[in-house]
Amino acid sequence: MVETMILIPGRSNKQGTSLNAGKLKHEYREVTSTVEMNQDDMARLCLKDGDAVRLSNTVGEAVVRCKGKKPSDLPSGMLFIAYGPPSSQLMGGDTAGSGMPISKNFEVQVERVDVP
Amino acid sequence: MSEIGQNLRVVEHATCTFCGCVCDDMDLTVDLDAKRITKAKNACTLGRAWFAEHTIEDKPPARIDGKPATTAEAIEAAAQILAGARLPIIYGLSDTTCEAQRQAVAIADLMHGNIDTTTSVCHGPSGIAFQGVGESTATLGEIKNRADLVIYWGGNPAESHPRHFTRYAVTPKGMYIPNGRKDRYVVLADVRRTPSAPVADLFLLVKPGRDFELLWALRALVKGRKIDPSIEESTGIPLATLETLVERMKSCRYGVLFFGMGLTMTRGRHFNSGAILALATDLNEYTHFVAKPVRGHGNVTGADNVVSWQTGYPFGVNFSRGYPRFNPGEFTTVDLLSRGEADAALIIASDPGSNFPKRAIEHLKRIPVIVLDAKDTDTTELARVAFRTATYGINTTGTVYRMDDVPITLRPAFDSPFPGDEEVLTALKDRLRVLLNEKRGGALRKAA
Ligand code: SF4
Repeated sequence: MVETMILIPGRSNKQGTSLNAGKLKHEYREVTSTVEMNQDDMARLCLKDGDAVRLSNTVGEAVVRCKGKKPSDLPSGMLFIAYGPPSSQLMGGDTAGSGMPISKNFEVQVERVDVP
Repeated sequence: MSEIGQNLRVVEHATCTFCGCVCDDMDLTVDLDAKRITKAKNACTLGRAWFAEHTIEDKPPARIDGKPATTAEAIEAAAQILAGARLPIIYGLSDTTCEAQRQAVAIADLMHGNIDTTTSVCHGPSGIAFQGVGESTATLGEIKNRADLVIYWGGNPAESHPRHFTRYAVTPKGMYIPNGRKDRYVVLADVRRTPSAPVADLFLLVKPGRDFELLWALRALVKGRKIDPSIEESTGIPLATLETLVERMKSCRYGVLFFGMGLTMTRGRHFNSGAILALATDLNEYTHFVAKPVRGHGNVTGADNVVSWQTGYPFGVNFSRGYPRFNPGEFTTVDLLSRGEADAALIIASDPGSNFPKRAIEHLKRIPVIVLDAKDTDTTELARVAFRTATYGINTTGTVYRMDDVPITLRPAFDSPFPGDEEVLTALKDRLRVLLNEKRGGALRKAA
């Protein structure tokens, strides 16, 4: 099943501490490869914490692990990811004459994938 | 500074430069033998990680094509790349000192290149909005001492600027805020309930992409206009909630709107920033109100200041005609890379190789890239020439601007064997001047 959701890349505390340790290190890579998803959406998509999902749009795609958030914290249809290399793969380069690419609140397709 | 043992010393009133809060009340315990900070009193979790993880790594001072090199060899290689480029760009600068930023502007000027900072992908839209709408501004000290209504919009300081609440705007007691938190009303507006939400008396869960509509509705209500109850359907916030909030805004003694990248990075960009700045202006008909962007990196505000005072513009500045021109969308780095226009890049203290849009990263991989960074990053990995530099504030002194444009002098904790950014950039500028003089002089002689 493929669903369209809104992705919000942003800063997280763990991303901030792990980038100090080193951006090429495992912890930073892991934290920027984990997407938070509304728990009800996850149940509908038959996903549990740690399952892999492919996020894709016309720009590119990224395979990340998902983690459930309470519906009161993250509304249905929204995803949060600590920004980093995976979220960059989904960002378009057009800035509409502003210098700023759309870096939050953009649509992505979400589908479950089987990754070992 | 005081010695507390043979090899330990404490650096008092040191400054954390991890985020734009630039907290200058750090007491650092430094192990001079191990060359590391073992304790950072007063730091938040991010600050503690910043101080603990910036040690001296056993790595070469530079790499050229992945192979170890001396700093002098790397300066020669970098100067040759920049001297041979037609549209060389400089980018980054938010995690280095104003003194280093100044050298970077001089290099851009000298080589008739392009200079842009990470501002273009954080509060660049707010910079555009300042030019159109203006800014009702204040220092964080003034806010601490006076603000009784504090509104955060599109930001999550609990995770990005953890001491913003405790040091500046929510809990501290101030001259006219004797009871601290009890004397302030706090509002948070965001599209998700972040870890910052518990700090707020009122949390507004805004529908994604509807910030502009909501801010414009608030402006209308401030001016006494009627708003249709369908505003709830379009923005997620009931009209009654907005009316109560507007009453509170108009009747507070001193209000502040702090805004983050939930406004600048989404559709609407500078219109969103402009809307919140205009709302603050409107409210000054009734009371004192200010609006401040919450700035991210330690010296991104310094970058705006230095680039502005040297070129007249805050970011996205091009010198190809021999004088500075400003045009976001044309001379901003994401655009120059995504369109494949830049043919060499000097990246200073930032990591576009990790955070930029895919197309921009792909172009960075195609052109010669020179990087100055204290750590290995995706950008140092793709660089032709990579300098390992000392960490500002930990190994080098210099000037940093807090997010409210207050300059602060850094007190370093221990020496680094690696050169500072300013030192590398000054040497690069000097060598580049010689190469460009030869190149331009030769061309002139040929023309004559
Ligand atoms: S709030 Fe920012 S500047 Fe202050 S200690 Fe934390 S990371 Fe450092």
